[in-house]
Amino acid sequence: MPGLFLEKIEKRFGGVVAVRDVTLEVPHGRLVCFLGPSGCGKTTLLRMIAGLERPSRGRILLDGEDITDQPAHRRRFGMVFQSLALFPHLTVAENIAYSLRIRNVPAAERRRRSEELLELVRLPGYGGRGVSQLSGGQRQRVAIARALAIEPRLFLLDEPLSALDAKLREEMQLELRLLQQRLGITTILVTHDQREAMTMADWIVVMGTDNRVHQTGTPLEIYRRPADAFVAGFIGTSNLLPGRLGEDGRVTVGRVTLRVEALPAGALPGCAVTLSVRPEEIPVLPGETAGENHLPGRVTFVRDVGSSVEIHLDCGGMAIVSASTPKNRPALRQGDAATAVLPPAACVVLAA
Amino acid sequence: MIAERPQGALARLTLLYPAAVLLVFFVIPFGIMLAVSFFRREPGGFYLVEFSLANYGNLFTALFGRVLAFSLLISAFCALLCVAAGFPFTYLLTRMPRRRQVVWLVILVSVLSLSAVIVAFAWSIMLSQTAGVSNLFVRLGLLDRPQSWSPGFWALTCGMCYVAFPYTVLVLYPPLARLDPHLPEAARTLGASPLVTFFTVIVGSLRSAIVAALVMVFAFNLGTYLIPQILGKPQHWTLSVLITDEAIYRSNLPLAAAMAVFFMGVSLALVGMAMLGGRRRPGGAA
Amino acid sequence: MSRALRGLFLGAVLVFLLSPIVVVGGVSLNAKKALYFPPKGVSLAWYAELFGEPEWLLPIANSLAVALLSSLGAISIALPLSYALWRYRVFYARALVLLGIAPFMLPPVITALGFLAFWATVGLYGTMAATVVSHAVFFVTLPLVTLSLGFESIDREIVEAAQVLGADNREVFRSIVFPMIRSYLVSGFAFAFVLSLNEYIVAYMVAGFTVETLPIKIFNALRYGYTPVMAAVTIVFVLLAALVFGLIGRFGDLPRLMGALTPESRAS
Repeated sequence: MPGLFLEKIEKRFGGVVAVRDVTLEVPHGRLVCFLGPSGCGKTTLLRMIAGLERPSRGRILLDGEDITDQPAHRRRFGMVFQSLALFPHLTVAENIAYSLRIRNVPAAERRRRSEELLELVRLPGYGGRGVSQLSGGQRQRVAIARALAIEPRLFLLDEPLSALDAKLREEMQLELRLLQQRLGITTILVTHDQREAMTMADWIVVMGTDNRVHQTGTPLEIYRRPADAFVAGFIGTSNLLPGRLGEDGRVTVGRVTLRVEALPAGALPGCAVTLSVRPEEIPVLPGETAGENHLPGRVTFVRDVGSSVEIHLDCGGMAIVSASTPKNRPALRQGDAATAVLPPAACVVLAA
Repeated sequence: MIAERPQGALARLTLLYPAAVLLVFFVIPFGIMLAVSFFRREPGGFYLVEFSLANYGNLFTALFGRVLAFSLLISAFCALLCVAAGFPFTYLLTRMPRRRQVVWLVILVSVLSLSAVIVAFAWSIMLSQTAGVSNLFVRLGLLDRPQSWSPGFWALTCGMCYVAFPYTVLVLYPPLARLDPHLPEAARTLGASPLVTFFTVIVGSLRSAIVAALVMVFAFNLGTYLIPQILGKPQHWTLSVLITDEAIYRSNLPLAAAMAVFFMGVSLALVGMAMLGGRRRPGGAA
Repeated sequence: MSRALRGLFLGAVLVFLLSPIVVVGGVSLNAKKALYFPPKGVSLAWYAELFGEPEWLLPIANSLAVALLSSLGAISIALPLSYALWRYRVFYARALVLLGIAPFMLPPVITALGFLAFWATVGLYGTMAATVVSHAVFFVTLPLVTLSLGFESIDREIVEAAQVLGADNREVFRSIVFPMIRSYLVSGFAFAFVLSLNEYIVAYMVAGFTVETLPIKIFNALRYGYTPVMAAVTIVFVLLAALVFGLIGRFGDLPRLMGALTPESRAS
């Protein structure tokens, strides 16, 4: 079977478990993102795939071949490191052609290939420069070109954009994704930035601080149907409300009972649940109005950043955040009475 | 990197070779010296393998006591002088632009690398009647006629400090260079004058580094061997001179070894103290 | 400190460090065999004698041979040791480094006596091999410290990047690690070389009567009276040290070697 397959991977450092029982598949030609907070083991997982760490348990298969014990230098992968790890004593062209030189590719061919790659990462004519003469974004491109020089079987990226400023990072995300699609190369990206993951990935693997995989799916699946409260809180912002499941399939949150459309499989009446509602799914009405899934309250803060408006409400002791576009901005100010509406379709019930 | 420990013959050799060299040529010589300190003297030769404690018994003579006391005294005195001058100097040095720092460091390292023979010779010329500074003082009208100030206690002090000063600066350089440059600035904004800042904030926050430097320079000075013989009078000779004399001229290797072992104990205790002092330094790597 | 006070203080330190050298430099130029400052008459005869008389040439040759061989020896111990310390996390590497630093921390007379006892026991007392090996071990500290700094300056991700790109251990060392530590290697060698050239007591104890190095020769000559030749030797030594360390300062990173963490942040 083509692609990368991880089978029950576990990594321990001394007594500390860094990666716990990970089984997953990276389909050929896709970009998969390992997403999670720092310390969740995502980088360790990537390093095991690269061959820089040896799993304590489990197997790694690439296109059906077991590569668990293959040393890093025999895997023919490309990797971009968080620090970029450009070789400071080599020029840009020498950096890019390093993997070719090791494989005894003739000099003329090396030159042709590094020029081609510089073209690809939009740095034509930079081959003779020293690494220290480049800007952050340019170094980034050199690191990418260097990783791609041998046409790697797998392209690994360890938080490669974290050193760039916000604007450049957004540009590079698009650029990198388009490059990956053009080359059709199987890619794994490690990041803690959910926006980056959603921009670039075909698939997202969400890992938690307990060093487990919490959910695997397409970006929108994960956003719309988070598997648990951790995923719901980590991917985007969400109102997480503790509640209890009633006999009639409704959920009681604080003093109100809400209708919901779907329940998690195996949820029993009377058990504690967490309700996740995205801010942009919550309309806010002025004044106190009654109705299905209406939560009356008071405006505590209005965050208006121009492109979007957030209304923070206190609904009987529960903090609710609603987000809307400036066009649909409700005419409300701090201290006004208002009602948040939680549409049943937007209420995602999660096991507590 | 996977290899946490050496794998393969070549990798193992990278540790085996230095280990073997240091073992054979450093640990064993010390072992032999330690053993010899318990052996008997052989007139005309090196030593006889025969256990005795006599060397340690013969150690504590009036001469040895006097020489040891003088060694400790002059070493401590010069260490004090050097740290007192070296600390403010190093502070200024670390605040200089890099280019000027490098020039100073080149001068300091060059002086430090100079053979003690050369330093002692230079200072004996410097303090001599024919070529010394006293000629300058005569010209300035401070003295009636040129004088010779060497050998003597102050000539010895000059020579020892000349070698120890660069060493002091290099010992103090790391902690001072790592000192947060905002620290004095913060003190300035709180209203402290530059001098008050220096004494309260800089000296205060590096107190243990200063103590460590004092002990390090003191231990360094204890090793002085040539300078006392050229710039000092016989009563200014140090323990190193006594040990060498015993070993080379009196051919009493066992007694010299016993002296050296005793001396090493004193030095190790001091270096240990310096390391402890360095470790307690808040936030600084020893 | 106020500007004037600071200038005065730095000036005083500079005078203290340089005036003996200036005076000796003046003395070395005396036309007659006398030690006057300022010199009476100017001549380079004493430098000619230094580099012409076998009496001085032999110690010069001895010193150069000992310094060259022993600093190469020191490098040969320090390079694998500091590499192993950086590359492998094994406890005995750390213990060995302590052992490598110890000879330098003790008063030299103790180490010297240890060497004397050792060479006397193995029967090589008085040979040049004894001097060379003793100096190599005695000065191993210097390349050990500079090389450790050099290895520390290599980010581990750089090594890993080379591995992922296809380099095995040998290739990583050849194409990445070695070029990056080269300047530290040269510095360590230079430190060991200059200090070996100037070392007295170990050389004296181990083979002082048979292998006369330059410092030993100077000290021996001093007993028979001072001549301007010694002043000439002094100046040659000073110039040599200034040249070597000046080159390190120019092409290496002297402030970092002396232990400053962030030298560039100080350049204000």
